[in-house]
Amino acid sequence: MLKDQDRIFQNLYNDKGSDLSSSQQRGDWINTKEITDKGRDWIINEIKESQLRGRGGAGFPTGLKWSFAPKEVGSRPHYLVINGDESEPGTCKDRDILRFEPHKLIEGCLIASYAVQAHVCYIYIRGEYFVDGQKLQAAIDEAYEKKFLGKNAAGTGWDLDIYIHYGAGAYICGEETALLESIEGKKGQPRLKPPFPALIGLYGCPTIINNVETIAVVPTILRRGGKWFASLGREKNTGTKIFCISGNVNTPCNVEEEMNIPLKELIEVHAGGVIGGWDNLQAVIPGGSSMPLIPKEKCETLTMDFDSLMAEKSGLGTAGIVVINKDQDIIKCMARIARFYKHESCGQCTPCREGSGWMWRMLERMAKGDATKDEVDMLGDVTNQIAGHTICAFGEGSSWPVQGLLRHFKKEIEKRNNLDPIVQKKNNIPYLVDQHLLDKKNA
Amino acid sequence: MSLRRPAKDQPDSFKFNASSLEAANSIVAKYPEGKQHSAVMALLYIAQRQNNNWIPLAAMKYIANFLDMPYIKVYEVATFYTMYNLSPVGKYFVQVCTTTPCMIRGANQLVEACKEKISENECELSNDKSCSWMEVECLGACVNAPMMQINDDYYEDLDKQKTLDILDKILNGETPKPGSYRGRVNNEPENNRKTLMDLKNA
Repeated sequence: MLKDQDRIFQNLYNDKGSDLSSSQQRGDWINTKEITDKGRDWIINEIKESQLRGRGGAGFPTGLKWSFAPKEVGSRPHYLVINGDESEPGTCKDRDILRFEPHKLIEGCLIASYAVQAHVCYIYIRGEYFVDGQKLQAAIDEAYEKKFLGKNAAGTGWDLDIYIHYGAGAYICGEETALLESIEGKKGQPRLKPPFPALIGLYGCPTIINNVETIAVVPTILRRGGKWFASLGREKNTGTKIFCISGNVNTPCNVEEEMNIPLKELIEVHAGGVIGGWDNLQAVIPGGSSMPLIPKEKCETLTMDFDSLMAEKSGLGTAGIVVINKDQDIIKCMARIARFYKHESCGQCTPCREGSGWMWRMLERMAKGDATKDEVDMLGDVTNQIAGHTICAFGEGSSWPVQGLLRHFKKEIEKRNNLDPIVQKKNNIPYLVDQHLLDKKNA
Repeated sequence: MSLRRPAKDQPDSFKFNASSLEAANSIVAKYPEGKQHSAVMALLYIAQRQNNNWIPLAAMKYIANFLDMPYIKVYEVATFYTMYNLSPVGKYFVQVCTTTPCMIRGANQLVEACKEKISENECELSNDKSCSWMEVECLGACVNAPMMQINDDYYEDLDKQKTLDILDKILNGETPKPGSYRGRVNNEPENNRKTLMDLKNA
């Protein structure tokens, strides 16, 4: 288990209060000027050396992302945007940072803004977190009062203004370009990439977008050194991470742990074990709903980091672990996730808009046992026609969980759905009947 | 995508009152000059708060004028984002999360409780018109599942009886205390904490 002094979020459970003075006791804001005095290149290099990867799901190296910002500010100002639109089912880590460690985030914003030469920072928070956003706003106001923000913020000589922008219940706005559209006051429909936001982002200006957790760990990394952060976890999967363990466990919780921690340790030690015992485990969704589930056999030895989960054809994503035990109907669970994606598709690309509903309807029928044998393959076919054929990664996010279900629980589906093909049974399921086949049979 | 339609009965006009106007102006000031369209989402919230938790078409037109943008752009935003209520929802708006992490911890019991206490169907006002409920997608408090949101506040770690008690309170016009209803502290593992022990109860 990670040593307590190596935990970055000391106030994860709000033992000490989140106001400025108690945050300072935890080490926030103590030598911000010393850090920025070492210069942009030093900051970016130190982050590169720490091998910090984005905590929002994609795991893109943060130092590299910052280095994409233009070196000189041209006619267009630079922006820093913080993504706090945490909506992935199974994930609730950013909420705790917003309400209990706001000053880590604010200080991280200042350092990151300095590194990418932004004078304005927008923090995009999902609308449902209104109360938590108000707590962050109170922390921002306090920081302004103590001159940690505004002109010559914290004595660094850098001017920075931070504004909160509330979302309004659209999951898709967690996608970085949709988030920019949303800040611009439009529907949250993702943009094509390239051009990448680092060059053409918010209002057409260079914009760096980072997750809340990524930015909140930056000040600690710079204080303790990139080497310290890189010494935790393993190569390319370094540092600590907040894991959210929910579902059928005895004590669901958020906990900060080292990367590459065994999944079994997370569940057994921190989350109090699976309800009904480890043998009652059916499957685990390792990284928020869009990552394919992992069946019990593999959970025994699985370690939680980006690359080892990738090797299992899943992913760390946001590290929102959903534990599903044998009391649950796995097909129904996935059907509910498919319904989530059907609801949240932005409607821009046809494969996703239509396909997400299709997957949901098929899975609902499969859960009831109303589907035919060949529909199981058809479902796999639908997922393949969505993934990779859309503007943003929502297409993959919605079809991967279904593909995961098909990969590991195909037998279960087939056992329940062994009806003969539609053509012979003449079941009237209008949107699935291939009309010309029917005609032939009847001719 | 979700299907969203404006209410049939619409008020004829809408105007920001003094406090809304002040809030709106301070929001517009957050964005660069000429980019006042960015404020549309926040202004829709302000209109919603002022107008008993829902946004009439007149408010969208008013905001379009206020921000000097086409009405259709405001309409697009108001119908795209699901947190803008396009028809009356009552003073207490109950949203029950039923996405998988809540579902497997018994979110259906919360739905049953809402059906018993508020109304048989979603998005339907209760008899005294003070309250309505709906199922929503993940509210981002998965380790506190099952949970629901009433207006701005989260009510966590619920079961059927606790939900019934909360709903009784709001139907009596009280505002129950938000947070966990199993008495646990925030998101820590209940009676099983193994980290940051020296800070606990400090």
